[in-house]
Order: sequence, then C-alpha cells, then structure tokens
Amino acid sequence: MFELVVLDSALRMATPLILASLGGLFSERSGVVNIALEGILLTGAFASILATYYTGDPWVGVAAGIFAGILVSLIHAAVTVIFKADQIVSGVAINLLAAGATQFLTWITWGSSSNSPPVGGMARWSLPEAWGPVARSINVVIGHYPPLVYVALVAVAVAHVVLWHTPFGLRLRATGEHPAAVDALGVSVRKMRFAGVLLSGALAGLGGAFLALNTHQFVKNMSAGRGYIALAAMIFGKWNPVGAALACLLFGYAEAVQMGLQGQHVPSQFVQMIPYVLTMVALVGVIGRARPPAALGKPY
Amino acid sequence: MNSPRASDTATRVRGLAGTGKIVDVLAPLVAVLAAFLVGGLVVAAIGESPLKFYSTLFRGAFANADSVGLVLFNATPLIFAGLAVAFAFRAGLFNIGGEGQLYIGSFACTWVALQLPGAPRVLLIPVLILASAVGGGLWAAIPGYLKARFGVHEVINTIMMNFIAVGLTSYLVIAIFKEAGQMTPQTATIPIAGELPRLAYFFQSLGVPLPAANPLNASFLIALAAVWLAWFILHRTTLGYEIRAVGHNASAAEYAGINVRRTLVLAMVLSGAFAGLVATNEVMGFRHRFLDNFSSGIGFMGIAVALLGRNSPLGVLFAALLFGVLNTGALEVDVFTDVPRELILVVQAVTIILVVVGNEIVQRRRGRGAALTPRSEAASIDRDGSAEVS
Repeated sequence: MFELVVLDSALRMATPLILASLGGLFSERSGVVNIALEGILLTGAFASILATYYTGDPWVGVAAGIFAGILVSLIHAAVTVIFKADQIVSGVAINLLAAGATQFLTWITWGSSSNSPPVGGMARWSLPEAWGPVARSINVVIGHYPPLVYVALVAVAVAHVVLWHTPFGLRLRATGEHPAAVDALGVSVRKMRFAGVLLSGALAGLGGAFLALNTHQFVKNMSAGRGYIALAAMIFGKWNPVGAALACLLFGYAEAVQMGLQGQHVPSQFVQMIPYVLTMVALVGVIGRARPPAALGKPY
Repeated sequence: MNSPRASDTATRVRGLAGTGKIVDVLAPLVAVLAAFLVGGLVVAAIGESPLKFYSTLFRGAFANADSVGLVLFNATPLIFAGLAVAFAFRAGLFNIGGEGQLYIGSFACTWVALQLPGAPRVLLIPVLILASAVGGGLWAAIPGYLKARFGVHEVINTIMMNFIAVGLTSYLVIAIFKEAGQMTPQTATIPIAGELPRLAYFFQSLGVPLPAANPLNASFLIALAAVWLAWFILHRTTLGYEIRAVGHNASAAEYAGINVRRTLVLAMVLSGAFAGLVATNEVMGFRHRFLDNFSSGIGFMGIAVALLGRNSPLGVLFAALLFGVLNTGALEVDVFTDVPRELILVVQAVTIILVVVGNEIVQRRRGRGAALTPRSEAASIDRDGSAEVS
C-alpha cells in the first residue's frame, strides 16, 4: 500500500485537486462559495483538449484551459457578485451547464458524445544532456512528473505568499471576513470578489487542463466529482493553501490506493469515501474545528 | 458559537420562496422562454433549424398517449426530488443531498422488500413506501442534526453525504446483495407483491390508448399525493408554520418560543423523506430492483425544479412536468435532428441562472423592503407567536 508506485500516482491524482482547491480557496477567502469548481474543471479539461487538438501544442491547451476556466468563473462572478444571487444555486447551475455544454461541444467537434480523439501529452521538462552529469541529475528530479505537477506545487507556495504576505491577500481575506470594513476603507468589495472568483476559475481551469492532458483526451464528465473533493480538501485544510494541498495529497493517495484495490477483496468504495467522511468530521470539530470565512456566502 | 446559523440561510429564502403574486408564475415563464431563445440561438449557430429543433422536441413529448405517459413517468422522480429541495428551503436549509437520500431510500426499499418475500400486497406496498421515506429521511437527519447541534453548514455535509451514499450502496450491492450469477451490479428483483402497478390498463379502461409497455406507474399518483402533503404540512400544520417561521427569521422564531434546532432537524428529515420516495418510481414502479449508480443526477435536477417552481409544492409539480417534457422530447431530438440532446441540459441550466438572476432584478426594481415577505411575517410571529405556536 505504501509502494513508491502508489505514492507516485498519488501525487499525480492530487495535482488537479490541488489546483482546484487553491482556486476554491481564493474564491471562498473573498466570501464567494464556489461549488462551480466541478464545472470549471470539466470546462478547462475540454478546452485544453480542443486547443491541443487544433494546434498540436499542449501548452496552448493549458492556456485554453485557464482561459475557459476564467470565462466560466466570470458567469459565477457576474451572477453572485453583480446580481447577488445565491452562490450555491449559481454553482449548481454552472455545473449543469458545463456538463451539458462540454458534451454538446464534444459532439459538435468530434461527432461523439462521449470522448475526443487522443491528443499528444506534455513533454517532460529536461535540460540538455550535453550539459553534463549535473544536468542529468537535475533531469531525474524535474523530468519525473508532467510539468504541471511542479506548477501545482509552486502554486501552493505562491498562494500562501499572496494570501498572507501581500496587501492584495490581506484585502481578499478581509473581504471574506468583513466586507463592510473593507468597503469603509475604500477598497471595492466587488473588485476583490471578482478577483477571487476569477483566480479560482484560472486555477481550476488549469487543474482541468492537467486532468485531460494527463489522460491525453477529453472524456465526458471526466471531472467525476473532483471539484467537490477539492472543495472538501480546502475545508479539511481549514481554508489554508498548505493545509488544502496536504489534504489533496491525502485524498489523491486515497484515490491511488482505491485504484490499486479494484478487483480485490478489500472494498474500494470505503477507501473512496475517506475524503468525504474526513471532511464531515473536520467540520464538526473533532480534529480541530474548521472555520469558514465569516462573510462566506453572503452577498454584499 | 454552537447555535445554528439559520438566520444566515434565511436571507437565502428571501424572494426564492413564492410570494403568492402573479410574478411567481410570470418570472419563471419568462426565464424558460428566454432559455428557449438561447437554446434556439445555439441551434442556429451550428447551422440547424431552431424551428425544427423545437417542433421535434415537442412532438417527442406530445405526439401521442405513449409520449405523454413518458413525460409523466420522467417527471415523477423530479417531483419528489424537487419537493425535497423546496421543503428544506422553506426552513432556510439548502438540501443538496437529494441524490444521496434517494440512493439510501431506494436501497432501503429494496432491502426491506427482499426481506419480506411472502408478504401480501396490501401490507408490502405501504411498508415499502414507508421504508423509502425512512431511508431518505434518516440519511438527511445526519446533516440536519450536525447543523442544529454544531452549526455546521448543511450544504457541504449534504454534498459529502451524496458521495458516501453512492459508495455505500455500491458496496452493499456489489459485495453483499448482488444477484447470483449476474455481472450487472444489481440486486435480485423485489417480490411481485411489492411492485407498483403500471397505469396503462387504468388509462385504457378510460379509453386513453396508453400502450401496456409504457412505464408510467402508480408512483406518479404517489407524487401527486406528496405534492398535496408537502403543501398541507407547510400551510396547515403547526410544524409547517414553525418551519416557515424558522426559514423567514430564525431569531424571531426562537424568540417566539419555537424550538429552532428541533424544527431544523425535522425539516431535513421530511425533506429527505420526499427524496427517498423517488424509490417508489425507480424501484417499486420501474426497475423492481436496486441498480448500482442508477440515478444520474435526479437529486441535482431537483434543485433546478424547486427553484423554477419557486419552492412551492404546486410550482414544483409544474416545473417537474416541464423538465419531464424536455427530457422526453430530448430523445426524439437525438433521433430526428442533428442536434445532440445534451443541448437540453444547457437549456435547463440557463433556465436556472435566469430564474435566480431575474428574481434578484425583480426584487431590486421593487425595492428590497417591499419584496421581503419574510420580514413582515417574522414581525407577526413576534406579535402573536405565542398564540399561534403551541
């Protein structure tokens, strides 16, 4: 169960979760619940394959995934921040929209309502071999995983610094805790919340791109609840980047173990349930209470 | 710290619950028409005829008795799922857990049926209906209790419990209750005495040519009864009054002597019971067994249905029928046009977004104060709460 292969695939499984949960973090820290993570992941996955299919360059696909994620989150931001409609309803509707629209577009583009044709994946990062033994040993490290795995890990550190060591992060967090105070200080609550939601779209879109490019194709509903798991990880990590990332690694590990268990006697369904049960336990406060931002879910 | 934050969620009910005015009917209608327009534009954008698309859609839903029967059959689970969401909403609770509750309800129904192979029909049918409701209700009681006791938001817990329910029933079916000698992850069939009758013969006796193969069954009648029951509980019982009071203004309700925590839990239980009743159609009426992963999002569609129906039981009925029409027509669209049926999902999603956005715009036009039925009702609780709340 602790073989290197499992740990290895755990990190891969965790990558889209980490990106999406960082996304959820920016949105929720600004006070907007983002259940739409699921739909954003799915849309990002679709857009990345679409762009890769037509350009042959997976990095264009990555850009497209991010762009599509921002577009979808723009709907969420408009509905919840400008129109102040219920954030959960908006998220549910966007997830429905994403499921329908991506299948619809898959059919329009490739004539199949279930999946796209395979596309090329991302090349691993590497330094030229000619640079000598040092380059070769660096390659062992940076070439082991697909590039976006490293991007996700760096994003965790960046998110931490942005949220806790920049004026923007302070304002974003304050908007989630006490929007009236932020408003009184002359900072636009609307702008901060838009920033939070759009950042979440970009990150979750990137997560979707990894998900699809790692599989080399788009498959309908391929997000398969990962947006909700990312949300759970964010809560389990107590609305902290590092905590969320650790939770994602744990949940990614559970997913990797569960895949290894399939077809064996140990019921894989119970391993699958671990993230959800742990999140409920965390919310009740048995292992240290997880406290959401005070103004979360409240329109301002 | 531990007190339920129902007052927060009460703001959510504001305006989403019906106001009993003409706007309740007009606003959703406008949203639906606008969503149809969006759908039509998409159809035109891919070079197909919107007119042909919609004529095919409605022909698929209304061509003959068979297709109308299918509409009612497809609407049945959505009525239950929509009632579940709407009922909890009236208490200020957002039950996103319909999906999990209907899985547990359906499994409970199947399990009880398999335990009672020799039971007579008159006994078995009511017992199974009860088992469905109890299964869904108990599953919903958990997030309800966690909300009432620890103040944990029900949305996250119900989402988590959806996944747990799917995993749990999947395990039970595959590892313990799988039909012998079958590859499909499903249980054995329930006793015939537990099956709900199809309505074909009944309609044929009335002269309506509903084919015997049409899956419309007595669960549709149970759904109609559930619509009435939800209305009756909400508007004609003390509990319903308390539920609405808590939904409007939890602090005022508590001040008036209503046990807010108890009311929250009971509202969740009843909400889950409505979701569990989906089993009457899916298990007792149609499949006659539990199939792993059968639902494909009925519980989530219930959210859309409840919002479109503005959280009133009668509104839920009409919204579910509309979605039944769309889902039934979608099959015809798939066969007879070059437009993929997934477009219907897009139309449904756009409808919800337009309903909630339209609702906010209408409220803003009128001035927030004027539209706030919650505030005025909360005041009346303050005045004569003690007389009304026993």
